[in-house]
Amino acid sequence: MSERFILIPGRTSKQGCGVSEGKFDESYQHEINTLQVAPADMKRMGLANGDRVRVTTESGRQIDVAVAAATGDELPPGLLFIAYGDLSSRLMDGETHGSGMPTSKGFDVTMEKV
Amino acid sequence: MSTPVATTKPAEPGTTLIEDSTCTFCGCVCDDIDITVKDNHIVDAKRACVLGKAWFYNHHADDRPSCLIEGQPASVEAGVERAARILTDAKYPIIYGLSDTTSEAQRVAVGIGDTIGGTVDTTTSVCHGPSGMAFQGVGEVTCTLGEIANRGDLIIFWGGNPAESHPRHFTKYSLMPKGMFVPNGRKDRTAVGVDVRKTKTAKAMDLFFQIKPRADFEALWTLRALAKGIDIDPEQVKSDTGIELARWQDLMDRMKAAKFGVILFGMGLTMTRGKHLNSEALLCLVRDMNAYTRFVAKPMRGHGNVTGADNVVTWQTGYPFGVNMSRGYPRFNPGEYTTSDTLARGEADAALLIACDPMANFSQPARERLMAIPYIALDPKDTPTTRAATVAFTTATYGINTPGTVYRMDDVPIFLRPAFPSSHPSDFDVLSAIQRRVTELKK
Repeated sequence: MSERFILIPGRTSKQGCGVSEGKFDESYQHEINTLQVAPADMKRMGLANGDRVRVTTESGRQIDVAVAAATGDELPPGLLFIAYGDLSSRLMDGETHGSGMPTSKGFDVTMEKV
Repeated sequence: MSTPVATTKPAEPGTTLIEDSTCTFCGCVCDDIDITVKDNHIVDAKRACVLGKAWFYNHHADDRPSCLIEGQPASVEAGVERAARILTDAKYPIIYGLSDTTSEAQRVAVGIGDTIGGTVDTTTSVCHGPSGMAFQGVGEVTCTLGEIANRGDLIIFWGGNPAESHPRHFTKYSLMPKGMFVPNGRKDRTAVGVDVRKTKTAKAMDLFFQIKPRADFEALWTLRALAKGIDIDPEQVKSDTGIELARWQDLMDRMKAAKFGVILFGMGLTMTRGKHLNSEALLCLVRDMNAYTRFVAKPMRGHGNVTGADNVVTWQTGYPFGVNMSRGYPRFNPGEYTTSDTLARGEADAALLIACDPMANFSQPARERLMAIPYIALDPKDTPTTRAATVAFTTATYGINTPGTVYRMDDVPIFLRPAFPSSHPSDFDVLSAIQRRVTELKK
């Protein structure tokens, strides 16, 4: 069953280091291909680290991605985080609302286990 | 252009020590890094943060071709010819990127845009571009990072996570330094975080406001109302922002009591719904606060010379990003001439991409357009963008291999002290050659 969340893509140290180490290296690829989920949400949805979920935006853009529990209390329940990269970009629409900036944080999404 | 000579001295046999080298990875542009070079590899980078070490240790001499045309090794001259043909044959050529190269190279790129009647845009448009729009509407009460280090006694980090994105900001500029008017350093400052996530930055703060997602605008206007002493409904404030009115009032009392208040804001504002209106609300709040005390705002800039891109494009064209020159004079219109839009709408029919990776970072419609048109990419690294380029130049790394100028996030220009030469041409060299050739073809 899918549930509604808000997704925040952002920078991380590992993602930043990966830009210099090489975007095709394993460390960068692992970082940008992991969705962080609040521990309480992981438990409620029966998710374990490494499980795959499907994330869908309101405009129908969709990714399948592996999850990992967020560290400590970094994420409140209901919020998802992913490091900037290919997957987060796949969820962005082309529309910028006259600003030049596509909405790149704070997407309404649904998430379900696959 | 004169370049300061690096202070070098032999360290261990076979190595060279370069003192006060500059890291160009992020907008902090730390210029106090002592680097040790051995066999064209940087083997030590004293004082560099985790991001700086990754930067210095992973840009070394390599034997990749300096130019690929459609994936096949080619001479730089052949690449320049093909690039110039692509740009002059196009009806709507765009030039994009520029945030990780020298200001000297940025200037040449703007010149190419002028010559071909193209559109010049920088990664600012998908970073603090919305803040750039807000600056035009409100203005910017600003300062240098040196003033923050020496005077700032209330430091607010809003919508950013510098502990991970700008790791030395706290120690070098904003929290820890013992300054002229804050002699006890961290003890003389109050640090406040406002964010939707309890990040590593939040954990370094004295006060943390974990607001509801997408509530920055409401939170900032709550503070604006409190600054003016306007009564507001506590229940609505709690419902809108997720924070009790009493806590916002306490923050406002501290802001008014500060001698030198600072808000350092990140892309939590500019990338979230509202965008330039979020930045505008913050700049208005800071402007309002100057009726009570000294208050400043600075955007936290990501890439090493994204601030230089704003400066150069502004002094060349009058506008900071998203500038179209197809009529022979510059026109500025975010949403029309910005790269996300010109690609996603299918308008751009050729691109010159310098030190950027839109194939990794842009929306899917924009990436699909880029896949369908000829484009030229300049980058020291192998990236998704260089791999799909019609012409890909491997260029020397600015700061490590090439001299030049970069602008720190507070608009202070800093000269680079390269560590060792590269076998690849610099962005400046490649762009200058393209500029010469497009000028000939346009005659």
